[in-house]
Amino acid sequence: MKNKVPGLIIFFCAVSCIAISLVSCTTVKEYQKNKLNDAEMQLSSRKIEKTELNFQSYREGASGANGGKTGGGCGCN
Amino acid sequence: MIAALSQGSRNTDSVYKKRKLTFEEANLVSSYYRQDGNNAAVTGGIGSEKLTDFSNSIDLKLSRYDQRGRKHSFTGELGIDHYTSASSDKIDPSTISSASHADTRFYPSLGWSMENEAKGSTIGAGVSFSTEFDYKSFGANINFAQKTKSRSGEFNAKLQAYFDQVSLIYPIELRNRGNGDDDDYATTPRKSFSGSLGWSQIINRKLQVMLEGELVYQQGYLGLPFHRVYFTDNSVHVENLPSNRLKIPLGVRANYFIGDRFILRTWYRHYHDDWGINSNAMQVETVVKITPFFSITPFYRFYQQTAADYFAPYKSHTGADTYFTSNYDLSKFSSHFFGAGFRIAPPEGIFKIQRLNSLEMRYGHYKRSTGLNSDIVSLNIKFH
Repeated sequence: MKNKVPGLIIFFCAVSCIAISLVSCTTVKEYQKNKLNDAEMQLSSRKIEKTELNFQSYREGASGANGGKTGGGCGCN
Repeated sequence: MIAALSQGSRNTDSVYKKRKLTFEEANLVSSYYRQDGNNAAVTGGIGSEKLTDFSNSIDLKLSRYDQRGRKHSFTGELGIDHYTSASSDKIDPSTISSASHADTRFYPSLGWSMENEAKGSTIGAGVSFSTEFDYKSFGANINFAQKTKSRSGEFNAKLQAYFDQVSLIYPIELRNRGNGDDDDYATTPRKSFSGSLGWSQIINRKLQVMLEGELVYQQGYLGLPFHRVYFTDNSVHVENLPSNRLKIPLGVRANYFIGDRFILRTWYRHYHDDWGINSNAMQVETVVKITPFFSITPFYRFYQQTAADYFAPYKSHTGADTYFTSNYDLSKFSSHFFGAGFRIAPPEGIFKIQRLNSLEMRYGHYKRSTGLNSDIVSLNIKFH
């Protein structure tokens, strides 16, 4: 329980920052998206991280919300 | 008029081409992973955790437009992992060919999605399969995404289900002798269901963010039959864990393009489950564009978790415990993961081969406070 509270506070702060950003967001036209469309700006996890995400989901108690797997496959070892 | 006719002809030709099934991209991802530590679950929380895993996968994406202008994408993937594990050889130390000393896992998957560009919506579905000596898994998923009118935001939802079968391979000293063929193991089911919701939003020309939340429910045999647990009275038992688990991860991502040369990629996740694990994870990556086509990316990830209610080290559990495990993946720890990668994507293609779109390599070192450490190197070659 001790660690749950700071975690939720951090998450709440992060969401608050994003909420503030959302309020100030501007409409970006397609021709203005050259930086946003950069291959390294994509928000989802990248192909090269695939095995990293798998081993983290096996070696750590937590998983999910990162594009990695949340079930299926053994991870027995 | 000639110009108009010529334009019309080009349009017709272009639409015709799009309706044919066309190759979009293929990716070859290859990784080598090695780990070492001294808390193997197979030997009750003590002993070598040495493990290597060589993983290769190839995926292919094809697409076509239908008569109503909707884009259909088809993806197929085939993955093959080969691993060796020192601890798994201790399931039956009398033979070096015990069930999981070394094994190969195959995992093919297929996916389909249909994007209506006019409406900004996408629906999709997929199936997956995974097989190794002592584990089989079948998965299915459906997903939906809807962009806002301004195309600045996108909502997405996904439902996934996995139906697994675990072979009951017990440690040699706990097996019931005289039950037929040694390789004819009984199996038991494990099911996982998850629902996820996400919202991504463009804030301005350089910043975009994403919020994602998931609810994962697992049911069935959630331990592993060859994980030993030694009690305080020196007796040995098979790990016993509850048959249900509810996981709730909540994540936030933000990517920011700084100037013309730097991209800051950040990620944070808070996680809670009903086994008593609470965790926080954060990752920061900085993409440094040396040229528009060559970049290097140092990264750092910090992770910490509390222990599951059912975890205790070697010879710490007692007969009074209903559930027990000495698997250090469920213990209290923190970890650091750091490394760097590079990406090359020249406009004329890698080695001047136009189809060879990009090449990416990445190395990371993982250090856990329990003493486990690991290294991983990955390669991604993209064909376009």
